[in-house]
Amino acid sequence: MTREALTGSRIRERRVMAGQKQADLARQIGISASYLNLIEHNRRRIGGKVLLNIAAALGVEPQALTEGAEAALIATLREAAIDAGLTGPDAARADEFAGRFPGWADVLVGTRRRIAALEQTVEALTDRLAHDPHLAASMHELLTTAAAIRSTASILAETKTLQPEWRDRFHANINEDSRRLSDSAQALVTYLETHPDASETASSPQEEVEVFLANHSFEFETLETTEDTQNQIEVLIDGAQMLQSLAARHIAKGVLQQVARDAARLPIVLLREAVARLGSDPVTLARDLRQPVVRILRRLAALPELGAGLVVCDRSGTVIFRKSVEGFTVPRHGACCPLWPLFSALNHPGSVMATRVSQLGHARAEFDCFAACDTVGVPSYNAAPLVQAVMLLIPTTSGAESAEQMGSTCRICPHEDCAARREPSILSQGV
Amino acid sequence: MSKHVVLVEDEVNIAEAIRFLLSQEGWRVETLANGSTAVDVIRNVLPDLVMLDVMLPGKSGFEILDELRADTSFDDMPILMLTARGQSRDREMAEKAGVSRFMTKPFSNSEMLDAVRELTNT
Repeated sequence: MTREALTGSRIRERRVMAGQKQADLARQIGISASYLNLIEHNRRRIGGKVLLNIAAALGVEPQALTEGAEAALIATLREAAIDAGLTGPDAARADEFAGRFPGWADVLVGTRRRIAALEQTVEALTDRLAHDPHLAASMHELLTTAAAIRSTASILAETKTLQPEWRDRFHANINEDSRRLSDSAQALVTYLETHPDASETASSPQEEVEVFLANHSFEFETLETTEDTQNQIEVLIDGAQMLQSLAARHIAKGVLQQVARDAARLPIVLLREAVARLGSDPVTLARDLRQPVVRILRRLAALPELGAGLVVCDRSGTVIFRKSVEGFTVPRHGACCPLWPLFSALNHPGSVMATRVSQLGHARAEFDCFAACDTVGVPSYNAAPLVQAVMLLIPTTSGAESAEQMGSTCRICPHEDCAARREPSILSQGV
Repeated sequence: MSKHVVLVEDEVNIAEAIRFLLSQEGWRVETLANGSTAVDVIRNVLPDLVMLDVMLPGKSGFEILDELRADTSFDDMPILMLTARGQSRDREMAEKAGVSRFMTKPFSNSEMLDAVRELTNT
């Protein structure tokens, strides 16, 4: 079903809303009722003068008939259909559905967005519960103390002939445990109040750095233009209130030093000029600019107009830098999906991975993904080199090329039969 | 002759409550608060039942479980794991390692006693 097809449905809807008969409208604009009927049932393309006449007769702007349903709405409907496993002719009729039943389409899209938001919340909370060491320890303490109180209280309540010595001991235990429980609960509440939303506030040095970088939109113009970058880096870090811990400041300094080195060797102006001339293919740019591919990937991520995401991991596979991009979730704490090209690159230093990717659950968000791995630090004898892998994600529109599907992290990935699965998904199995 | 259980639990008050409950049922209870000596003690006393916490100083409940199940002479020994870590992957890990029963804290006394009776046919 094409975009034009929607127009017919919308004309019909507007006419009905205006209480006008099909034959009357047809007469008014000088076409036959049967022809208007074909248009309204999306069996004839419409445009030009006929469209203008119909719009005038219905008292609406022509755009209201051709652009009434947003492309995003239709895209979301299609995404919902894909995720629900809807196949066959119905799956291809999202346009028609949106055109004929705009209210229901809004309800469906709203529901889908809410599900997506709730899934993200589940993901964040589960991720946090599973990997935030402070929270995990607090929960363990609470449950353990509750278990002690429950067992002891049951003994006191249910044992009719409890010897005074035991009774006194259990009373003392309950007193001690209830105080512990109270203290632990209070400490936990304080912790959660300080960190009300894991997605917006930092609970680890890495997250502090992410907040810092995001607040700067990952752009550091002063490092692009000045020669005294060390001083500028100090200024930036000293002025960043969100960098509370020493570890966060250390990590941020490392990131900014990398930005400064990249900027010195490949100024953003040069890169922008090359992209305008050659496009954004990293290997083409690397050849033309005589730069390592990993630097090209990092610098492309610094171009705001590309809207690209970037993930960097060290030799252990630990993500040490992330610039998020909508539609591709990088877990905050847990291990990432091993199918990411980032990890293929990590195992093949010197190679450049290039593939179209999309994440399960984000069916309509596709990315041109490039990943490469390079050595870092100073080489030494008889020692395996330290390496870093870099993955660039450039948002793209769905095309003929099929996207390779991958997850974010097993815990929230719906792909049940994945050979790379490490643990069951809470989304599909509710565990 | 009374049955013998080795309880490896570092939470003193839980251990005391369990010891009391099992003693009332006629069990002889040996309590350990550290995982490092657990396997040796179990090898020596050959209890009718082992009750294991997961997070223990010295050696974790999973490590103790692995060591016991690696020894074929302990194939039939019932092992009841008690943990505040109720995540599915912990349960799966324990089941894969050969735990006889996995219970999450907090549990009721009757639940725990029922499990003990079932595992030891008492």
